[in-house]
Amino acid sequence: MRVLERLGHTVEFPAGQTCCGQMHYNTGYQAEAMPLLERFVAQFEGAEAVVVPSSSCVAMMRDHYPKMALEIGKAELIGAVDALLPKVFEFSEFVTKRLGLEDVGAHYPHRVTYHASCHGLRNLGLGDGPVRLLKAVRGIDLVELKGLEQCCGFGGTFAVKNADVSGAMLADKVSAVLETKAEACTACDNSCLMHIEGALHRQKMDVKTVHLAEILAGEEAAQ
Amino acid sequence: MSGVGLDPKTAPLFPIAAKTAMGNTQLRKNVRHATDLIQAKRARVVGEMPDWQDLREAGKQIRQHTMENLDFYLEEFEANCTRAGGVVHWARDAAEARRIIVSLVKASGSEEVIKIKSMTTEEIQLNSALEEAGIHPFETDLAELIIQLGEDRPSHIVVPALHKNRHEIREIFRTKMNLPDLGDQPHDLADAARMFLREKFLRVKTGVSGANFLIAETGGVCITESEGNGRMCLTLPETLIAVAGIDKVIPRYQDLEVFLQLLPRSATGERMNPYNSVWTGVNAADGPQIFHVVLMDNARTEILADEEARQTLNCIRCAACQNACPVYRQTGGHAYGSVYAGPIGAILTPQLQEMHYAQSLPYASSLCGACYEVCPVKINIPEVLIHLRNKVVKQKGLSAEALAMRTMGMIFRSERRFRAAQRLGQVAETPLVRKDGWIGWLPGQLGGWTQARDLKKMPKETFRDWWEKRGKNGN
Amino acid sequence: MATNTGTTSAREEVLHRIRVAKDGVADATSSQLGWNGIERRYQHQATRPREAVLELLEDRLRDYDARVMRAAYHDVRAAAAKMLGDRGTRRIVVPPGLITDWMPSDIEAVLDEGLTATELDRLDGVMTGATLAIAETGTLVLQNAAGQGRRVITLVPDYHLCVVRVADVVETVPEAIEGLRMTAHLATTFVSGPSATADIEMTRIKGVHGPRFLDVILAG
Repeated sequence: MRVLERLGHTVEFPAGQTCCGQMHYNTGYQAEAMPLLERFVAQFEGAEAVVVPSSSCVAMMRDHYPKMALEIGKAELIGAVDALLPKVFEFSEFVTKRLGLEDVGAHYPHRVTYHASCHGLRNLGLGDGPVRLLKAVRGIDLVELKGLEQCCGFGGTFAVKNADVSGAMLADKVSAVLETKAEACTACDNSCLMHIEGALHRQKMDVKTVHLAEILAGEEAAQ
Repeated sequence: MSGVGLDPKTAPLFPIAAKTAMGNTQLRKNVRHATDLIQAKRARVVGEMPDWQDLREAGKQIRQHTMENLDFYLEEFEANCTRAGGVVHWARDAAEARRIIVSLVKASGSEEVIKIKSMTTEEIQLNSALEEAGIHPFETDLAELIIQLGEDRPSHIVVPALHKNRHEIREIFRTKMNLPDLGDQPHDLADAARMFLREKFLRVKTGVSGANFLIAETGGVCITESEGNGRMCLTLPETLIAVAGIDKVIPRYQDLEVFLQLLPRSATGERMNPYNSVWTGVNAADGPQIFHVVLMDNARTEILADEEARQTLNCIRCAACQNACPVYRQTGGHAYGSVYAGPIGAILTPQLQEMHYAQSLPYASSLCGACYEVCPVKINIPEVLIHLRNKVVKQKGLSAEALAMRTMGMIFRSERRFRAAQRLGQVAETPLVRKDGWIGWLPGQLGGWTQARDLKKMPKETFRDWWEKRGKNGN
Repeated sequence: MATNTGTTSAREEVLHRIRVAKDGVADATSSQLGWNGIERRYQHQATRPREAVLELLEDRLRDYDARVMRAAYHDVRAAAAKMLGDRGTRRIVVPPGLITDWMPSDIEAVLDEGLTATELDRLDGVMTGATLAIAETGTLVLQNAAGQGRRVITLVPDYHLCVVRVADVVETVPEAIEGLRMTAHLATTFVSGPSATADIEMTRIKGVHGPRFLDVILAG
């Protein structure tokens, strides 16, 4: 919010929005996810751009909404999805690709390491966009995370259904984070961050997690 | 995990098998070492190819086209192979394939067979069928030899014994080959295997193999390998029996130019594997004088019928997905309870069981997509996983999970219910929240989360609250 | 799995299942059309100049610990004598049709007229020509043809000396497959380095089965 407004945009938040349906769709409950697609379209139809601070949600929409709309079968809906999707952006990709910016006037004087969330990396092809945005932040000490492209183990319901494997994947990720001696770990997805933070806190580590947008929202005066 | 049969019908659920597997530190070390190494090699040789993505696309299209015309190509292969002196058999399922092979071996007059590594023969559990019929199979692939002598099961499609390190292998060879002074350097072990097997190659009259590719246009069969035991089994015996799933056929000889580039680079990270053998039927002066091919369905036609899952059949068995998978990296292959493990195993195994078994496998994934990224024939494994999850849910019908999901679906469909749920969440969690604002324990299935992680309590002011407040005070 | 063993053969049933699964019967015309429509944007032709292609082949072969020598046609015999001498090789098997001018005189060359595997096992090595070689992958392609012989003679002996004509060297795999199409029915072996395994802790070990030692003469 702050970042977008700082850059001079007007932001609206349709209050009726709920969920993109990823959790249902990915766990095998496709029928339950269908009405959520319709809701999303209804809520955001006509927007100039829809910015989503979550790469997995955008991946859900890009990868599956067109197929789902076809299955629902309503011609209007199919058209609406086709018209709306090109306007939907993950937050970092909105800034780098749609706005063409790398420097958003951010200030964040801390040691930070970046984890590449799977959906952003592989489904959205964010590439080095987030890293370029981070590098432009004043005062930041950006240190590379070993194995940054390795999944953190969240995977939605996977973290609960396969808790042991998820925990093992998480342990590897947390080790890598601690090795960087960063004060904060960042990513484009709150689900990854919640996952990583959960373990850091359980292990009583001083490292916190912070969403990319929070870093970009950081300003000189506010400390 | 030695001596445990890898049978999807009896294998434990993945979460349970995984937990057991992860308790084996040596296994985890071996798996990590192996997968890291192959991944690095693969990255290097793939990085050399500016047309890699074009090759992948061609590979995908060739396989897709093949499946769309599978009946035609299988008949073409049969005609051409037969014309060249081969005998083609058809098997509806694993049991029929086993029966056919056993009778062919008996007809060859040999009580022993030498075998080349073939996941298809593992899939149908051929060795036990042969043993039961009084025929002794000798595995000649080094990894399969290790598995056979160690009474173990394969854990990886290309490097089946990667879960074993040199010391474990030496122990097996020392005892089973009667070599008390055997060194533990890899070349000592390889030398021991060479001597042990050479005697078999020169003596045994009947060979059994799988097939990497069946070439419809020529009736030829292609086998790719590294050690030379394949060439031994394909050239020295009098009788050769090759068993192949019907998905192994490719249309034309020219198509080899795509797969002979995709396969070695993806499977072992080499520009080309040491030996590829391509032969057609029977050659009067060269190799086995009797050659049989057994074409097997075993539920592949079921997969073919499911349009969204059909791409599973594109697989060329390179195992790049296994090496890239962060779940496989933690558990190794045995946890999947099938000879096909890792990402491809998670979609192939339940489908080969017609979705009656191995239903926990489609969930053995965080959907990270690393497999799709490396698949040489662009199988969208995450997409198929989700599709299979949908099938499993439909099969299971009403369950506690389904009810919970339906309830959440209802909540997400209405703003009013969503806000109410947020409020309710804040209230309901209160007894679980500690003084520091975190939750350390969750009941029931959700306890899986708090096993290794804390959960931050919900913020007092939700984004909605914040937004609305702001609006009132002016933008 | 329901099987109809009574009246339908397995062949008929499997084909039937396939046709039901795809909802149609495929034939030569539809397959031809479909196959022609496959996009092949990958590299087909060589991109390097000839000399660079030959050097690439040499590099790749040396990567596999094979020894490589270049020799004009009239010098092949001398080159072969040197390489065989270095190895201490005395008795080799040769296939029918191997160019006699290439064979050194002080080596005992046993013509393969159906040697048994055990007899082959007792010889020191084998000398053959090749159908072609692929530079990009360091591959020699052997076929059951004059000068190359049965597959078993390049398999059982521990040492292989292979003479490759410069004109038969291609750069890419597609070029090689194109070059093999006319003789696709012949038993064919692609050899890329000595046999190897990585089954023990991913350490590449050479020479499990098949020749452990490979020498190549690039002739022309």
